Amino acid sequence: MQPIIEFQNIYKEYPGVVANNNVSFKIIRQSIHAILGENGAGKSTLVKILYGHVKPDNGQIILNSDLATINSPTMAQSLGINMVFQHFSLFESLTVAENLILGMSEKISLSKLKSKSETICNKYGFNLNLNSPISSLSVGQRQSVEIVRSLLNNPKILIMDEPTSVLTPEEINKLFKIIKKLVADGLTVIFISHKLDEIINLSDYVTIMRNGKVISNLTTKNEDPESLGYKMLGYKVTKTEQINNINYSENVLSLSNLSSYSQDPFITNLNKINFNLKKGQILGIAGVAGNGQKELMEILLNENDFEFNGDIIFKNININKLSTFQRKSLSISYVTEQRLGHSAVPEMSLSENILLSMNHKSYFKKGDFINFDRINSYANNVIKNFNVDTPSFNVKAGKLSGGNLQKFIIGREIMSDPELLILSQPTWGIDAGSEAFIKKSLIELSQRGVSIIIISHDLDELLEVCHNISVLYEGSLSKSLNVENIDITTLGKYMGGLFD
Amino acid sequence: MVYLINIKLREDYSNLIFYLSPIVAVFLTLFFGSFIFLILDLSPIESFKIFFISPISNSYGISELFVKATPLAIIALGLSYCFKNNIYNIGAEGQLTMGAIFGGGIGLLFNDSTSILLLPLMILFGAIGGAFWATIPALLKTKFNTNEILTSLMLTYVALFILDYLVVGPWKDPAGYGLPKSMPFPDAGRLPVLIDGLRIHIGVYFAIIICLISYIVYNKTLFGFKLKVSGFSSKASQYAGFKYKNLIFYTFIISGACAGLAGLFEVSGPIGLLYRDISPNYGFTAIIVAFLGRLNPLGIILSSLLIALTYLGAEDAQLFLKIPSAVGFVFQGLVLFFLLGTDFLNKYKVSIS
Repeated sequence: MQPIIEFQNIYKEYPGVVANNNVSFKIIRQSIHAILGENGAGKSTLVKILYGHVKPDNGQIILNSDLATINSPTMAQSLGINMVFQHFSLFESLTVAENLILGMSEKISLSKLKSKSETICNKYGFNLNLNSPISSLSVGQRQSVEIVRSLLNNPKILIMDEPTSVLTPEEINKLFKIIKKLVADGLTVIFISHKLDEIINLSDYVTIMRNGKVISNLTTKNEDPESLGYKMLGYKVTKTEQINNINYSENVLSLSNLSSYSQDPFITNLNKINFNLKKGQILGIAGVAGNGQKELMEILLNENDFEFNGDIIFKNININKLSTFQRKSLSISYVTEQRLGHSAVPEMSLSENILLSMNHKSYFKKGDFINFDRINSYANNVIKNFNVDTPSFNVKAGKLSGGNLQKFIIGREIMSDPELLILSQPTWGIDAGSEAFIKKSLIELSQRGVSIIIISHDLDELLEVCHNISVLYEGSLSKSLNVENIDITTLGKYMGGLFD
Repeated sequence: MVYLINIKLREDYSNLIFYLSPIVAVFLTLFFGSFIFLILDLSPIESFKIFFISPISNSYGISELFVKATPLAIIALGLSYCFKNNIYNIGAEGQLTMGAIFGGGIGLLFNDSTSILLLPLMILFGAIGGAFWATIPALLKTKFNTNEILTSLMLTYVALFILDYLVVGPWKDPAGYGLPKSMPFPDAGRLPVLIDGLRIHIGVYFAIIICLISYIVYNKTLFGFKLKVSGFSSKASQYAGFKYKNLIFYTFIISGACAGLAGLFEVSGPIGLLYRDISPNYGFTAIIVAFLGRLNPLGIILSSLLIALTYLGAEDAQLFLKIPSAVGFVFQGLVLFFLLGTDFLNKYKVSIS
């Protein structure tokens, strides 16, 4: 049980915040070591220090019993440390092999690299065609490219930052198998996550961080998800109770025979989608990414005049031809998958980001003049009611952490009293505290009679929040299943496309 | 050892430096500009005096400064609407020319008029002419997705040739000894000067009013907000429900109208008739003015005065230092180069490893 890495009193301060406050712990060779914590707990900073991406103000890293100076990622790689980032850095238009060779520090011929990569793929079960362009790959496959790229450098230590946040349950299982195999072959894996079940399933050891400090170092097999969650958040994770008070007589949104057709191979054709959403109902649309979620959202939001057949009826009004602005004016609210640059502008203040989505409301305008007082007080209310951690509404949206910004965006939409709220990936890549808060807010909203559609890859999230779940598979939508007495085998079949 | 230049986006670039960088750029221009004088065997200090100080050391000079700054400011203020919206209207020179043709045409049409309505009508048609010329690239962009940089630039030459044709053809002054120029405008069609004996004219008021209106539009209105959002992210703009195509039209029309106004002011103010060279590239130089002023209405007023000075300085330098007046353009180019450079270094971190 020899440590491969030892962090000693790592200290890193950013203006206004101590990201790492005397962090010390050891990582055992050939183990899977999870670092658990909410966003902003300091996990990313710590691994970036290990990877030479960030320079600590103080403290040292002992690598293989020697003091290591790691000033750059290149240096880290030469010491056998590699990292797979949460956000990929791949060239979309280049092939897998071309992307791989770009990551090599040593000179190697393309054919030699291909055979080397193929060996790795076969050994660990990566399903990759080295000649396909990145743009044609799924998110999971793109991650595989990133991992293979790291493995080509013969690492001793592999850091993975939130590797599962973008994957489907099936892909996660596969990834875990690969990780376990890699560790059996001698690798040490540092795994950053805020998903409790995953840590229990995968890791050998877990270090919990909160507010830049190490809270505890644990052996995973002695823990369960609840105890980990409790230690991570500092309070008990409670599951929100879902109360069913749907008014089944009142249709809020009906889609009938919604179909789309495009020759573009990257666009999924929707195939006769039908559903009725009742007042106060939360409908979850599950399914693996790339099965028509993007296209369905396009049609519901209508930003680009995406062509389709069939009808969208909102409270007896056919809204097929209505623009985004007109739909919003009918009190339909949207939260898009992409936060920065879509549902929020990072360069603008929080107040301005209120106006971004609320400019259809005459309350905020006098003619074409903006009523900043009303916007600022609205922003203040969102910040207060939705626990957004920010000193002021003048802060630029891009300065907020993912979870905080998402709480702000969802709060902004909820406080506008919508009758229908449509969200895509509402808790994608955010910390557990914010995630729980958002889920609770959505459930409360539905209890006030607001109908909600959640498009998400995260099945657990949907099971927790929704009344009904339908699965989108290759552009077709399954029947909806009632969550209260849901049969997991049926759901599994639906996820695999086994429905009519 | 291989040296690699790393260019990294700064996560937190400074707003203060964003507003200071024009000043840094001006100082760098002066510093490197002094080498130009050294190469020409002139004393930099003496030359700078002639270039930048003596032109504005009397009331005539100050009046001339405003005469040059007025069209620059008006055009640049108009362009700021386009640039904020990430629309690159490079054709202000052509829109200026069209404004001069439309507005000036009214002056020639009613050349025996003494009505006080003549000048307002000319001003109106000046703005309409510029706006009309600007709607062409807007239309091409929204209908066919053409690049507005190319179309607006090419249309500049079309406008210049139309003016050329008019002043050698149908609009040529019959009593003008065959010179390529029109009849002078009637007195009722001339822009009133502010001070007798000087050329500074009421266009200055227009520049100030447009500046104030722009300030209010940018900071207080939904229209200004729409421009800001679209400038940052077209996707967010769609999410907000803004119609981007309409914004393209509005911004082109505003900037075209401003350029047309400036063109009319030139011909009905200092020049008094139509001829070939009505503008010493004001429409192009205004692009520098707009960026040097950080697309901020007040900043544009300041930068228009500074760039106007390079026009005056170049004239004096030609007279007293016997160097070509193109040196003025060299200085304008240097300012733009250093401004882009400082902006780049403010936004990105460059290191060598």
